[in-house]
Amino acid sequence: MSALASAAIADNPWLAASVRIADVVTEFAGVATYYLQFDEPARATSYGYAPGQFNMLYVPGVGEIAISISGGLASREGLAHTVRVAGNVTQSLARLGKGDSLALRGPYGSAWPLDETRDADIVLVAGGIGLAPLRAVVEARLDGPSPRASTTLLYGARSPDVLLYDREFAGWTGRGLHLQCTVDRPHRLWVGHVGAVPLLVDRLSGIAPANCALFLCGPEVMMRYSVRSALARGVRKEQIWVSLERNMQCAVGLCGHCQLGPAFVCQDGPVFRYDKIEPYLDVEDL
Amino acid sequence: MTQHDRESSPSMHETRLLDKQDFQKLVDLLWDQGYRVLGPTVSQAAIVFGEIRAIDDLPRGWTDEQSGGEYRLKRREDDAWFGFVVGPHSPKQHFFPSRVTVVAADRDGDAWRMRDVPDDEPPVALLGVRACDLAAIAVQDRTFMHARYSDPIYRRRREQALIIAVNCTQAASTCFCTSMNTGPRCSSGFDLALTELPDCFTVEVGSPQGAALAALLPTRPADPQALRQAEIARQHAVDDISKQLDTNDLRDLLLNNLEHPRWSEVATRCLSCTNCTMVCPTCFCSSVKEVSDLDVEHVERVREWDTCFNWDFSYLNGGVVRDQIRSRYRQWLTHKLASWVDQFGVSGCVGCGRCITWCPVGIDLTEEVAAIRETPV
Amino acid sequence: MPRPRLAVFKFASCDGCQLSLLSLEDELAALADKIDIVFFLEASSRVEPGPYDIALVEGSITTADDAQRIRQVRRDAEFLVTIGACATAGGIQALRNWADCDEFLATVYASPQYIQTLATSTPIASHVAVDFELRGCPINKQQLLEVLQSLLAGRRPRTPVHSVCLECKRRGTVCVMVAQGTPCLGPITHDGCGALCPSFDRGCYGCFGPSQQPNAASLTAQLRLLHVDTRTTIRGLRGSFNGFSPEFRSEGDRLAAEQSGDQST
Repeated sequence: MSALASAAIADNPWLAASVRIADVVTEFAGVATYYLQFDEPARATSYGYAPGQFNMLYVPGVGEIAISISGGLASREGLAHTVRVAGNVTQSLARLGKGDSLALRGPYGSAWPLDETRDADIVLVAGGIGLAPLRAVVEARLDGPSPRASTTLLYGARSPDVLLYDREFAGWTGRGLHLQCTVDRPHRLWVGHVGAVPLLVDRLSGIAPANCALFLCGPEVMMRYSVRSALARGVRKEQIWVSLERNMQCAVGLCGHCQLGPAFVCQDGPVFRYDKIEPYLDVEDL
Repeated sequence: MTQHDRESSPSMHETRLLDKQDFQKLVDLLWDQGYRVLGPTVSQAAIVFGEIRAIDDLPRGWTDEQSGGEYRLKRREDDAWFGFVVGPHSPKQHFFPSRVTVVAADRDGDAWRMRDVPDDEPPVALLGVRACDLAAIAVQDRTFMHARYSDPIYRRRREQALIIAVNCTQAASTCFCTSMNTGPRCSSGFDLALTELPDCFTVEVGSPQGAALAALLPTRPADPQALRQAEIARQHAVDDISKQLDTNDLRDLLLNNLEHPRWSEVATRCLSCTNCTMVCPTCFCSSVKEVSDLDVEHVERVREWDTCFNWDFSYLNGGVVRDQIRSRYRQWLTHKLASWVDQFGVSGCVGCGRCITWCPVGIDLTEEVAAIRETPV
Repeated sequence: MPRPRLAVFKFASCDGCQLSLLSLEDELAALADKIDIVFFLEASSRVEPGPYDIALVEGSITTADDAQRIRQVRRDAEFLVTIGACATAGGIQALRNWADCDEFLATVYASPQYIQTLATSTPIASHVAVDFELRGCPINKQQLLEVLQSLLAGRRPRTPVHSVCLECKRRGTVCVMVAQGTPCLGPITHDGCGALCPSFDRGCYGCFGPSQQPNAASLTAQLRLLHVDTRTTIRGLRGSFNGFSPEFRSEGDRLAAEQSGDQST
């Protein structure tokens, strides 16, 4: 890409880069993972992200939506974005297939503190599609050489048929992930837990509260009770990080939509250390 | 361009006088230099920003009377040119336009290509900017230019603009700039600052651009008597201010009172109509909408003023976060007076009083703060 | 791919909203390439039976026949859009809902026995499920275009829910209520007109109906401070094109009850 073109992209925050759908994987009804590759090879090599960050995906004529990056490399298989069909943009995305064009800008926002927690036992707590921004954490932790520290995933979903990435679970546990799943509505063959995710936090064993870190993403009520459980077990607020969701439009702190108290969730978040955002999480309608 | 950190050169600190009969020369000079001159004009029963080509375009002999929910244009007893305070418009309208295309997308075969849409608005000279609005511009500069990302439209318009401030010589009942330390004296953020006297203006220079402009004007040295008169005129404005906002520990007061019953009380009066945020010279919220042809081959992304008072502003996953007027009013006031400080290092309020005057039901934020201060929870 | 079949139906109304479709002059030809207009009596004698992909319904329900006919329209239509104040709120003819319809008939018609009418004018949504409501008297043709365009693109139409005030400010229109004391329904009215009346120095008449979560009681209290007679305010709310909309109606009724000294409602 010419210097002029990159300058233009830097100058106008709204200029998104053309991307193409390299692959679409249907996770279950209404949720699919899109692997996106840049049209310009130079963008692919210059693009870097940290797990926890998000991109703005743009379907021209319909609109933009913030989607967290669920792993993948821009220069290889493409950046993975797991999308649940909800509003207009996601509906339009659902109608697109392999080879179709859209636009992307990013990455934006804060990331999970992987360096800071390198030597800590990490407990990932996810609910439903909230596993999406943690997938890249799983990959990063299992790839890295950290034999002294463990990685645990406590994952809850409504029912066994809406477990995200379940085809990858065997590979993850084979590489050392401690995985516990729970569902609200089991079917006859379900052998995992039944009930809410915070119960798994209550029952978790083999983790020293002093040397662990919790990364949470999912419905706010799930995160609230999971945090409560962790605190009850002696984990400090400074060892807990949560990923939040708000209406993001510009992603660059200019439009005002995503504010939560003093935070612009698009820039100060989506990943917050719990003690920094705690005063605002429990205020209704804030 | 306005240079905030003024270099010290003798000429920049010397106050000079410009006779009113020569004021047209200033206006002509600005147009000749390629500026579109925007200043106060009488229109729609108010004093609003409009094009100034001749001194007759100015609201000579007019003033305004303002109180909560009421603004009235009145005749003055004298022929003062700038004998009023701020109206419903502010410099925000120009730097952060209410509706503008930010980017475009074109279908190119089977691919979408994004395209920059350069802003081609000619440079403006804003004439008659008051101290509170100079402060408001500085506040918006922090949002749109000095944060991690900057807005190219704002930056371009701002950097091209020339600002000729006018010191207030009176205040409205809604003014409280003295509480916010933003006025009424224009102290920075201008190229030239004027104080109106019966037959002339004192002219202060605030930037190299202002100095260059002043050098082309038929000014004369200011005599001590004129300087004294100007001082008295400016003091009038200070003495005129009756409204106060106690800013002591204001941030913590509001953020520690997010569940105060006052929010529900004000919600019975608040229309959530958006007027306060629209007239606020620092409010910066916006939304982007898609405008396309029928075939969806060419799409423009149009940014429009939006506001936390709009019901769907906090839309998320099929619902809205702030689903009550109470939570929307609370968002506005706590952002403006409290969390703005965390975000940008200054208060979002400059004490211009517009939100009080232009609230159709006259809600006064200083009263809301006082009520919370009186009975903190 | 076959073009979606569009039908336009009229109930009790003035036809003005249907005309908005015809007045989309610049876009009409292009639109006709994408949409098959198979039933539009105002424009064409072509009459095809259902089913229809999109039904635009204008007008309110004021007769027993119409109350039946709208059920058939609903059965025939995949996506039913009501267009205009009559269809979404009952229209100006909903004034009868506060009056004695038989008395009107006797006063207006020489032979009232030939007139078959219901005692009320009610919005379409009171009778059948409605997929999208397009407000206004008349509707905004650009919004109509947005509805058709989004249905063609397979997405849900979006029209703004904000107040007229927001649009006044975007246009730079000075508030007529604050600067001139002109009574204005703008703060509680849904935008859609582009804040037309205030730009001509007039207060808003509420043509697009109540905005989202309107605080009508606060506005009417302010109108009282502006010395607007309560009867005038009631007339402004109930006697508007959207007077029978729940929010305007309940505030108008509340004021009326207050006025008659009847605090029971």
